[in-house]
Amino acid sequence: MSHIAVFRATLERELKLLARQKADWVNPLLFFIIILTLFPLGVGAKPNLLREIAPGVIWIAALLSVLLGAERQFRQDYRDGVLEQLVAARAPLLGYSLAKIAAGWIGSGLPLILVSPLLALFLGLSAEALLAVVLTLLLGTPLLSLLSALGAALTLSADKGGILLALIILPLYIPLLIFASAAVEQAGFGLNYQAQLAVLAAMLCVALALVPIAVQKALKLNVG
Amino acid sequence: MFKWLDPYAKPQVLFATLLWWQRGLMPLSIVVLLLGTIWGLGFTPADYQQGDSYRIIHVHVPAAIWSMGVYAWMAIAAFIALVWQVKTAQWAIGAIAPIGAVYTLIALFTGAAWGKPMWGTWWVWDARLTSELILLFLFLGVMALQNAFADRQTGDKAAAVLAVVGVVNLPIIHYSVEWWNTLHQGATITKFAKPSMDPSMLWPLLICILGFALLFGALTCLRLRTAILQHEAHRPWVRQYVEEQQDAKL
Repeated sequence: MSHIAVFRATLERELKLLARQKADWVNPLLFFIIILTLFPLGVGAKPNLLREIAPGVIWIAALLSVLLGAERQFRQDYRDGVLEQLVAARAPLLGYSLAKIAAGWIGSGLPLILVSPLLALFLGLSAEALLAVVLTLLLGTPLLSLLSALGAALTLSADKGGILLALIILPLYIPLLIFASAAVEQAGFGLNYQAQLAVLAAMLCVALALVPIAVQKALKLNVG
Repeated sequence: MFKWLDPYAKPQVLFATLLWWQRGLMPLSIVVLLLGTIWGLGFTPADYQQGDSYRIIHVHVPAAIWSMGVYAWMAIAAFIALVWQVKTAQWAIGAIAPIGAVYTLIALFTGAAWGKPMWGTWWVWDARLTSELILLFLFLGVMALQNAFADRQTGDKAAAVLAVVGVVNLPIIHYSVEWWNTLHQGATITKFAKPSMDPSMLWPLLICILGFALLFGALTCLRLRTAILQHEAHRPWVRQYVEEQQDAKL
């Protein structure tokens, strides 16, 4: 089987699963919304303060909600032996990994992008900043999905997977967080933020080329 | 080159070689570090602006430089472990990571102690400080991942993948001072330009940097030898070695 055939078959299956197990994409979305709701309650309903911290808040909420679903990304396939069969059959794991990452993004990244304009309004962001939020999420959430898939693949057979996954992946999220929230902040001041977007796009390109290879390697060594 | 390097992948050969290196490096590093720190702390002139408190540079800068250098070496070992499946390179990751974590801690701690009198604060969310902190998390993450598996070999390999991925952070730390113009100053010593530091202060600093490198080498030899003994405990040559050691003690 070629990479593309495996990619297509896996993606099709994952999308079917997403359509049938709605909790898989609804829960991270609800989590995202609830975190954003907690901030005005926690720091007080001060519009100016909220507007100032909004870029960071939105991005941290996005990081956490993507991370939330990450642990389960390969777990099911590992437990019921699908992965083992794929490795035993020498099926191209690269296509499988890419399909898993794409499905992960559709399940946890895409919904965030779709509701983010609404939430940015809650936090009192201007129209320019709102556009920047959507653009950075569009470039950034695939990167989040790539890295969280790597973390999930690395900790697949570990004893305490969940917390370890957060420990090893969150440090890698930091550069993304810095550039994304800087872009939104610049946009809030009405400044040009193309440079930050270009850096985000560059990071996405590099990760898209290299992370699936690492994911494939990590899956193989966990299956043994 | 591979013909020449190949025998060293064998644990027993490597063990003997490391012992040889360790015997040389350990005393040498202590002598060099003593020379550098005594010269730097006692015999260099005080800074015209910072007075005597700048002397912490002789610990801070070498530790900071080598926190990244150690990571680079760990990543090289991880790369060798992944590509050529060399067992001893896998063990080297676990041997090197704690050394790097301690170097990073030293750099952060001395930086905070230096920042208090000079910047008036222990900690700022400056680009270089933050990325050095991330480096510490990366070292800790590699160590945590390595110990998280019931099967030790899976842990070694997973840690290797993470170590290679984490390399992206090295250029970020290095260039952070130029990209974000924040509180931490730029590099004082570069390879190409004339250093912006008087030779009387520069020499002890360079000696300290060398000393930290030698100490890293010596500690790596020591820790890797221990790792080899642990992993190869079931082999006859290890048993023989341990018995010889016990006989020598009696």
